[in-house]
Amino acid sequence: MAGIIHRLAFERPIFELEARLEKLESSADSVVDAHDEIRRLRVELSRLKRKIYSELKPWETVQVARHPDRPMTTDYLELAFEEFVELHGDKAFSDDRAIRTGFAKLDQYKVMVIGHQKGKTLKERNACYFGCAHPEGYRKALSKMKLAAKYRIPVICLIDTPGAYPGIGAEERGQAQMIANNLFEMSRLPTPIICVVIGEGGSGGALGIGVGDRVAILEHAYYSVISPEGCAGILWKSGAYAEKAAEALKLTSKDLYRLGVVDDVIEEPLGGAHRDPHLMASRLKMYLLQQLRQLVDRPTDALLEARYQKFRAMGVFLEGGVPDGQPGETTTNDAAVTPSSDARR
Amino acid sequence: MVSHKSHAPTKPKRGVPEGLWKRCPGCQATIFRKEAEKRLGVCPECDYHWYVSARQRVEQLLDEGTFEEWDAQLEPTDPLGFADRKPYHERLKSEQSRTGLREAAVTGTGMIRARRVAFGVTDSAFIMGSMGSVVGEKLTRLIERATEQNLPLIIISGSGGGARMHEGILSLMQMAKVSAALARYDKAGGLFISVLTNPTMGGVAASFASLGDVVFAEPKALIGFAGPRTIKATIRIELPKGFQTSEFLLEHGFIDRIVRRSDLKSEIARTIDYCGK
Ligand SMILES: [Zn+2]
Repeated sequence: MAGIIHRLAFERPIFELEARLEKLESSADSVVDAHDEIRRLRVELSRLKRKIYSELKPWETVQVARHPDRPMTTDYLELAFEEFVELHGDKAFSDDRAIRTGFAKLDQYKVMVIGHQKGKTLKERNACYFGCAHPEGYRKALSKMKLAAKYRIPVICLIDTPGAYPGIGAEERGQAQMIANNLFEMSRLPTPIICVVIGEGGSGGALGIGVGDRVAILEHAYYSVISPEGCAGILWKSGAYAEKAAEALKLTSKDLYRLGVVDDVIEEPLGGAHRDPHLMASRLKMYLLQQLRQLVDRPTDALLEARYQKFRAMGVFLEGGVPDGQPGETTTNDAAVTPSSDARR
Repeated sequence: MVSHKSHAPTKPKRGVPEGLWKRCPGCQATIFRKEAEKRLGVCPECDYHWYVSARQRVEQLLDEGTFEEWDAQLEPTDPLGFADRKPYHERLKSEQSRTGLREAAVTGTGMIRARRVAFGVTDSAFIMGSMGSVVGEKLTRLIERATEQNLPLIIISGSGGGARMHEGILSLMQMAKVSAALARYDKAGGLFISVLTNPTMGGVAASFASLGDVVFAEPKALIGFAGPRTIKATIRIELPKGFQTSEFLLEHGFIDRIVRRSDLKSEIARTIDYCGK
């Protein structure tokens, strides 16, 4: 975080106020009067952060989710987990740095962590293709999930990708095939799976490690069928409409919760996860521990049945002219979306 | 269906019935329409496999009069209130009247050379054959019934659109839903023959279309995950000739056989026999 501070346009009032506060603090040592003013500005600052971050537009949410200082998988491995034993091998082609996999400890739990990694430095970013995984990444992820399942080690997937990599090699090595394999196998993997979208949930590349017993999202992360830019390019014939597309796609945590696609939204520190990675990591840890406690002793049959029914219920359509929905639900579109059965307790 | 045009079309549009003549997208030759139909929509000049509708697929592959449609009553709605340059609910209406279909998938049961099968087909003329909630639900029900009734499962994919953007994240989740149903079908010992046709892309390729026990593709179909334009924009170099075609996928080991349309029915029947289904 040293060096360049990345400033999002809509955060300008926050930075202006911070600058005023800083100036006052550095010059006000002896002036008693300034203390009240400093206190007032501090209150004002947190009020401002709360206001700005509670009213983010979808396109602004996308900017926050992509913030270069936003904590990534490796940050959480360091801040929330006690130990990480990376396992590199996909046993077929190469070690994809865009997906990290390995054993980790979370309090008393031994877990398998599967996480996208976008990279911190330019060098790492290039090595990770900015978090865009290749087929070997998805293959590696599946092989580690199967390893975990063999010993009933719970799997934790941290999702943070703009999308699976679109390239010649990726197609030659079966990008579609590998993602499909993961959806297929994750749906029946005989161990608990908890998925959390920590930043960008970009399309099939996100879903490729996104089928689980719990799917959660950080407050300012997003999850979408296609990037807003991609959607704008196809439907509006110009990437310049990305802001409109972001709104239309309903990709924010609030929308996803309402649509029943995520079970839980994990609150971010004031002003976004990038302002306090430690606090964010401890909240993530708390959430994971809470879910692990519920899931680890659940019999495998019941676990897999609930996982199947959770995804089985997704989708909204009309049947014989009436909206499909759970019995007893009203017939608006919103209510016809059926949230997963056991996730809201 | 909409009314026939009386003149020869200059540029054939998918899903729209044309006049007496048809221009081949493969070789640009003008082909007598009846002749092409007799050859199941394959160009007599260059062997290009043209688009055929879901209904035509049913006629071509299932024994005459044996098809019984399932879940035809399912209709799409507009869960996000989505609008691009046109509201989604209006787009749905115009696609429905243009194609004569309620949605991009037709599913049901029928016989292939006297073997009963569960049969699904996606029609690439309906919003690019993309998968939204209805396509996902119809396919899932198809797979679940195939599991219950112990039927071989045949799905013919034609989708340039992948997961349908207009239903947002719900479309993405259909990929997981259908794949999960296939995993149960697999566990029950089912035989899934997936047939890829031009085009099979994105979220359809990255879910059920790639999950066949046996995967066939029609010749020269475009098949892949990312669209060629997206790839070109990302890597900024020319794509190799034949990239993302059936032949390319065969060479790289992702499909089992390239099957000409005229052989599809007998190849499916033969595979069912080999697997004892
Ligand atoms: Zn031709």
